[in-house]
Amino acid sequence: MDIITRFLEKNGLIFAFLMVGVIMYSSTVISNRLTNKKIPASAIAIISGLVLAYIGGVYSGGEKGIADLKIFSGFGLMGGSMFRDFAIVSTGMGASFLVMRQTGWVGALSLFLGIVLSFLGGVAVALLWGYTDAISLTTIGAGACTYIVGPVTGAAIGASSDVIALSIAAGVVKAVFVTIGTPFVARYIGLNNPHTAMIYGGLMGTTSGVSAGLAATDPKLVPYGALTATFYTGLGCLACPSVLYLLMRLVTN
Amino acid sequence: MIIYGVAILAFCYVTGQLIGELLGRLIGVDANVGGVGFAMLLLILLNDWFAKKGYTNKLTDNGIQFWSQMYIPIVVAMSAIQNVKVAVSSGVIALAAGIVPVLLCLAMIPLLAKLTKAKPVDEHGHYHPVS
Repeated sequence: MDIITRFLEKNGLIFAFLMVGVIMYSSTVISNRLTNKKIPASAIAIISGLVLAYIGGVYSGGEKGIADLKIFSGFGLMGGSMFRDFAIVSTGMGASFLVMRQTGWVGALSLFLGIVLSFLGGVAVALLWGYTDAISLTTIGAGACTYIVGPVTGAAIGASSDVIALSIAAGVVKAVFVTIGTPFVARYIGLNNPHTAMIYGGLMGTTSGVSAGLAATDPKLVPYGALTATFYTGLGCLACPSVLYLLMRLVTN
Repeated sequence: MIIYGVAILAFCYVTGQLIGELLGRLIGVDANVGGVGFAMLLLILLNDWFAKKGYTNKLTDNGIQFWSQMYIPIVVAMSAIQNVKVAVSSGVIALAAGIVPVLLCLAMIPLLAKLTKAKPVDEHGHYHPVS
């Protein structure tokens, strides 16, 4: 037992790859079998991650979730800021400026509105729950954009880990809500053509939620919605820790 | 070569993050300001430029694609190292902060759709869903 523990500790990153792979696989099975793909596998996997973090926190009493247990310390490297930011930058490959230009100014407008409205919605909720400092308000507002923008923003402006966890949770709730809600609201908002799908992707921004939700509505719309949504996280990562953070600092002072 | 793609990605990452650090210093925020965003924009521009020049190579692309496919698993690992124990005590706020913005944005869609006329888009480029 001691040998295994020490071995897993020494090869932490590789063991984390294995564990996350298992989590992703079980989430896919759960998503397909139990929820009929209504909840995307990635959302289930992320929720499992948060559950693991909770268990780790309760078990060890530390602040770094599951990474506080020695055999899972590799999660700290795999989920650390270096790998995370590197992987997020790579998603820029999914979109091209040429294609973006074809969607016209409405795509850009919906992206801008989507980020600002989500941010302000998140900030309003955070205010209602008694947060008043600019850093927490910005991080929760950013989490209301996507579960990527939240932690990236939180890490950049120095938010505490519990606020970052809250922003991830808000982003995950959003992804799940968009996924489940899209087919139901589609009729009422005229979501039946590529044009509206692009606006929808730009406004909602959560790529996993938008693509899964559109797939449940009409699979032909998926690329159009996901196309604008891919820009959302990048723009959110650009705007939230800079312009919107400065705005919050001005307002709270 | 796959490493070329990884290296291009690393170049964008380093350059973008440095810009973010410098910008943070310039505006007096002791933080990286939008470094990830700048790196992403740089990658999109480089990617476009390579495509225009015809420098595209499947293996080089794969070096970048690999990481974009890894981003959900990395986010899963990231969520597993957060201080959830503390966040759980304020659970309803996460629900509200996730749902309220969606409702706000939903209300905007008919308005935005009315503002512009729908036109057919035949081409949507080489799109790869990553998340």
